[in-house]
Amino acid sequence: MKTTMSFADEITNLMYATGTRGLNSCIQCATCSATCPAADHMDHTPRRLIAMINAGLKDEVLASNTFWTCASCYSCSARCPKEIKPSELMYALKRYSIWHRRYRRKLVGPDFSRRFVRTIMRTGKSYEPGYAPAFIFENGPVGMLREMRFAMRLMAKGRIALVPKRIKRTENFRRMLSRILPLEGVA
Amino acid sequence: MKRYAYYPGCSAESVSASYHVSTLETGARLGVEFQEIEDWNCCGATPYTNIDELLAHGLCARNLAIAEQTGLDVVAPCNACFKNLHHANAELKADKDLAEHINFALEADGLHYAGGVNVHHLIHVFTKDVGLDAIKKQATQPLKGLKVAAYYGCQLVRPDRGDGFDSENPRYFEDLLKAIGAEAVDFPYRLHCCGASLMVANRRAALAMVRDLLRAAVQAKADVIATACPLCQLNLECYQQDVNREFGTEYRIPVMYFTQLMGLAMGIEPKKLGIGTEVVSPQPVLDCVARRAAADAAAKVAPKAAPAKAEAAQTVKAGQP
Repeated sequence: MKTTMSFADEITNLMYATGTRGLNSCIQCATCSATCPAADHMDHTPRRLIAMINAGLKDEVLASNTFWTCASCYSCSARCPKEIKPSELMYALKRYSIWHRRYRRKLVGPDFSRRFVRTIMRTGKSYEPGYAPAFIFENGPVGMLREMRFAMRLMAKGRIALVPKRIKRTENFRRMLSRILPLEGVA
Repeated sequence: MKRYAYYPGCSAESVSASYHVSTLETGARLGVEFQEIEDWNCCGATPYTNIDELLAHGLCARNLAIAEQTGLDVVAPCNACFKNLHHANAELKADKDLAEHINFALEADGLHYAGGVNVHHLIHVFTKDVGLDAIKKQATQPLKGLKVAAYYGCQLVRPDRGDGFDSENPRYFEDLLKAIGAEAVDFPYRLHCCGASLMVANRRAALAMVRDLLRAAVQAKADVIATACPLCQLNLECYQQDVNREFGTEYRIPVMYFTQLMGLAMGIEPKKLGIGTEVVSPQPVLDCVARRAAADAAAKVAPKAAPAKAEAAQTVKAGQP
């Protein structure tokens, strides 16, 4: 009897609640890759990534930028003939790589996600300038300066708040979220 | 009078304040009251789902629970807020274990969600609940001659929600534009992605996606792109300069909320619709409105008085500081 779970099973389990038909039902038709507006910018197309997962290439999959290049447009999920829901797969891989701290260095996505989640934990609302440091990861100080210039342009038009907005019941809110999941070490 | 529990979303307090004010203005004209959900919180956007889906559901559930106390259906003007709230709502209604777990958390804020709320997108409320006839009736100054690219974006239409709104070939945005007298151009990229938060995670990819959209709109000879989402608006408008720098293009096409165009057709003052806070000037759109007003005035009064009226109408400016 098999006692360890394959990588493909692990990922399919993470997608349990999404209603996917499972990665092993993929027929490699590449509808996902063809419909993906970001595929040109991925090191592996969605179709190829599914094949790699099914082949057990865990290290190569986790080192890939593919799932952090998904913009959640749901085109693939809408058109996949086997109802695999590749867009949910991308979310599952993002989570897996954050929880296991196994994502490629210098990616902005994981750091940005953490900063975002921490900001909401604190204030209950999003505040764009708080995420600026995430840009240093990919583009260095130049990237951050460019983003600051961009922010100044919007600020001049009154389109960025000078102080973060907050919800009123922040204490309750924090206790509420920690009842769902303690986030220490993740965000 | 129709009433809704209104979920503005975080961007309504910053980058998309103009969407927020134009929603309230046009809603008032159409007899719709948007009652802001008391002490609402962020919907989680995409990063919360990147970290954990249960947490994402928890954030949405709090808003739904507060809205439920008012007995009103929820309306969100942002595609992403709509997708998140709608998705969490569907899951909470379908999965008792999930609802129990989330309700245990909600107790910490004295709340409980019993699943009694429906979630709508603003454009669905306007096109279906309010109806195109009512909108047409209020559009006393139809935007004759204005060519508009109706841009749906992604999460407004996908994933398919089985709610009767076509996700592969929707027409309601174009129909709405026709109802306010504008011409909806044939815009093949209307359901394509603007890049969304990839602008942060993979800038080059997002800029290329925006470039493709702008190119398609220009090729369709649109005067303006109309959006129904703050993130689409931000990416398409505010990053145009960055696209031009990156790819050596020279795009300069206004990107406005559909509520702003509705408001102009209803004769609402541009400033009240948040017009004047753009990075790319909406002057071509305002010129169209002014031309129309001038022509109307000329038709109404004696030929001698017409030029003066036309001149007055021409001075409608974007109100930029």
